[in-house]
Amino acid sequence: MAEFKEISPNASVGDKLLNWVDNRFPASKLYKEHLSEYYAPKNFNFWYFFGSLALFVLVIQIVTGIFLVMHYKPDAAQAFASVEYIMRDVPWGWLIRYMHSTGASAFFVVVYFHMFRGLIYGSYRKPRELVWLFGCAIFLCLMAEAFMGYLLPWGQMSYWGAQVIVNLFAAVPVIGPDLALLIRGDYVVSDATLNRFFSFHVIAVPLVLLGLVAAHIIALHEVGSNNPDGVEIKKYKDEQGRPLDGIPFHPYYTVHDILGVTGFLVIFTSIVFFAPELGGYFLEYNNFIPADPLKTPLHIAPVWYFTPYYSMLRAITTEMMYALVLCVVIAAYLGVTRIKMASVLKAAVVAAAVIMMGLMLKIDAKFWGVVVMGGAVIILFFLPWLDNCEVRSIRYRPDWHKYLYAIFVINFVILGYLGVQPPSPIGERVSQVGTLFYFGFFLLMPWWSRLGETKSVPDRVTFTPH
Amino acid sequence: MKKILISLLVSLGCLSGAWSAGGDTIAWDKAPNKTNDLGALQNGAKLFVNYCLNCHSAAFMRYNRLTDIGLTEQQIKDNLLFTTDKVGETMKANIDARQAKDWFGGLPPDLTLVARSRSGSGGTGADYLYTYLRTYYRDDTKATGWNNLAFPNVGMPHVLWELQGERRPVFDVAQQHGHEVQVFKGWEQVKPGTMTPLQYDQAVGDLVSYLQWMAEPGQNSRVRIGVWVLIFLLCFMVIAWRLNASYWKDIK
Repeated sequence: MAEFKEISPNASVGDKLLNWVDNRFPASKLYKEHLSEYYAPKNFNFWYFFGSLALFVLVIQIVTGIFLVMHYKPDAAQAFASVEYIMRDVPWGWLIRYMHSTGASAFFVVVYFHMFRGLIYGSYRKPRELVWLFGCAIFLCLMAEAFMGYLLPWGQMSYWGAQVIVNLFAAVPVIGPDLALLIRGDYVVSDATLNRFFSFHVIAVPLVLLGLVAAHIIALHEVGSNNPDGVEIKKYKDEQGRPLDGIPFHPYYTVHDILGVTGFLVIFTSIVFFAPELGGYFLEYNNFIPADPLKTPLHIAPVWYFTPYYSMLRAITTEMMYALVLCVVIAAYLGVTRIKMASVLKAAVVAAAVIMMGLMLKIDAKFWGVVVMGGAVIILFFLPWLDNCEVRSIRYRPDWHKYLYAIFVINFVILGYLGVQPPSPIGERVSQVGTLFYFGFFLLMPWWSRLGETKSVPDRVTFTPH
Repeated sequence: MKKILISLLVSLGCLSGAWSAGGDTIAWDKAPNKTNDLGALQNGAKLFVNYCLNCHSAAFMRYNRLTDIGLTEQQIKDNLLFTTDKVGETMKANIDARQAKDWFGGLPPDLTLVARSRSGSGGTGADYLYTYLRTYYRDDTKATGWNNLAFPNVGMPHVLWELQGERRPVFDVAQQHGHEVQVFKGWEQVKPGTMTPLQYDQAVGDLVSYLQWMAEPGQNSRVRIGVWVLIFLLCFMVIAWRLNASYWKDIK
C-alpha cells in the first residue's frame, strides 16, 4: 500500500482532487505505468499499427453493438425483419449496422496483420510467451464471437452456415450427436439456437474477450514490447533506468496511432459508405433472403475470414486420411531412429503410432476434418516452443526463411480463396497440399528454424529519425 | 505426397475444359441505374404496385417511404394504396398462400431485397432482374405456358406480356469441345405488345431501378454522406500527420 500523501493547501483544486484520488486509487500510477512512462522501442514500423487498431475496432464493435441490441429482436420470427427495421426506420440505423458488419471483417483483417507481425518479428519468444498465449485465446474468442454473431441477422447464409458448422460437432465419436443437440438446443437450428447464440454473442463471449484483452495488455506492459529488430531495449538504460532506445508511449505513440487510426478510418469508411457488401464478401448476397429451413442454398460458404480453416476441413477426405497415416508412419519412424531414447520409450512411440493409425482409419474422416480445423488454430498456441531459431526477428534470419514465410502467407490466402469457391476436385487437391504445408510449417519448425546461417543482430535498434 | 502431386496434375488437365462449359443461363445485361431519377422511380413504383404487388409482397417497405421519391402521402393514398388503407403500413400482398402453391408451386418470394439478394458473379441484382424481366418466351411444355432464359423453368408467368408481346428466342448450333451446343442468338417478335421494344426496355429499367432503390432506400444519401466523411478524414489526416511529425522530430 502506498503512503498517504499530504498536499500543500496552496495547490490548485485540480491537484488537490488528483491527490485525493491517488490516495485511494492508483490513477496517476496506472497512467504512468501504461502510458506516460511505458517505454516502447522507438523503431516501430507499419506493422505496429495493428495492435492499437484492433483495440479501436473492438471499441467500434462494442459501441455499435450496444445500439443494435436496442432495436434487434432475437426471435426467429422477427430477427430478419428487425434488421431491416434497423436499416430503414431507425435513424442512422443503417450506419450503425454497416459499421458493425464491416467492423467484423475489419477486426479479422487487423488481427491477421497483427498476428503476422508477431510471427515475423518473433514477438512470441521468451519472455513474451504469455502475451502470445493470451493473444491466441483472443483470436479463438473472436472466431466464436463472429460465428455466433453471424447467425443473428437470420438470413439464409446465417442459418445454413450455422447448420453446417454445428453439424460438424455431431461427427465427434460417442458424444457428438448429444453435443450438437446441446449447442443448438433443438434438432435443427431454430429459435432456441438463435436465443442462445444471441446471449453468447452479446454477453458471455465479450466478457471473456475484454478480460483477455486486459490480460494481453498487462502481460505486454510487464515484459515490454518487442520490435522489428527483435533486440531487448532494456539491455541499455540511462541513469534513471529508462531504456535508451525506448520512448514514452504517450505522447509519441499516441500521436502515431492517431495517424494510424485515421488511415484505417479512410479505408473503413470507404467500405461502409460506398461498398458495404464489398462484393458479397462482407455481407453475403444470400443473406438478404430470410432463413428458410426447407430450402438449402446450392452453395454454402462461411464468411471470408473463416475460409482458410474451412478449406482445411474440406481437405480431409477418406483419401486424405491415407496421406495423414503415412505422415504418422514417417514421424514415428524418424522419432524412433533419429532421437535417442530408452527402448521402452521407443516401444511406446511405436504403440502410440499404431493406435493413432487405427483410430485414423476407423473413425470417419469428417471427424478428423474437425480435428484438423480446430488444430490449425490450436497449433498457434505452441508457437513459442516450436521456434528454435537463434534470433527473433526475420531481419536477421537466413534469407530462405523469408521465402518460407512468404509461401506460408500465400498458402494461407490460397486456402482462403478455395474456401469461398464451391467444392471441386482440383480445389480439393490444392487445399490438401495447402493443409499439409500449413501443418508442416509449424510441426517441422523445431527442425527447420535451426537450419541456416543467421545474420549478426545489432546491439541497439536500427532507427532513422523522421 | 507424390500420389497427391500426380493426381493434382491429372485433375488440372481434365478440369480446365469442364469449368468453362458450365453455365446453362444467358449472360446478364447491364441494367440502367436510375435510382437518382425521381420520374423513373415513380414510374417504377407504379409498375411495381400494378403488376408485382398482387402476388409479391415487399413486407419490409413502408408505403410512406415513397415520399423519398417525391410523392406526397396524399398521392400515395390516392394512387398506390391497394392492399391497405394506412400509408404507414408495409407493402403486403393479399395473396393466399395455399392458392399460390396451387397456381405457381410456391409462395411468390418477398421482393423488398430482391435487388440485393440476386447479385452474383454475373452482375448486380439489378442486372439480373433487368435481364430476367426481358427474357420471357412462350413454352407450351410449361404449366403457365411461359419460360425464361435467365431463370429456366420459372414458376411465374410473363406478367408484363401485354406490354412486351410474345417473343421467341433464336438459337444457333455451335461446336464446343466436340459437343453440339445451342448458343442464344437473338429474339424474334411473334406478337407485338402495347409498347415498342425500346419503350418496354425503358419501362423495365424504371421498374428495376425502383426495386434497386427499394432494397436500400438510403443508398444514395449514404454515398453523399460518405463523400463528406472522406473529405473530413483526409483533411484530418494532414493534421494528424503534422502533429505526429512535430512530436517525432525530437526523437533521434
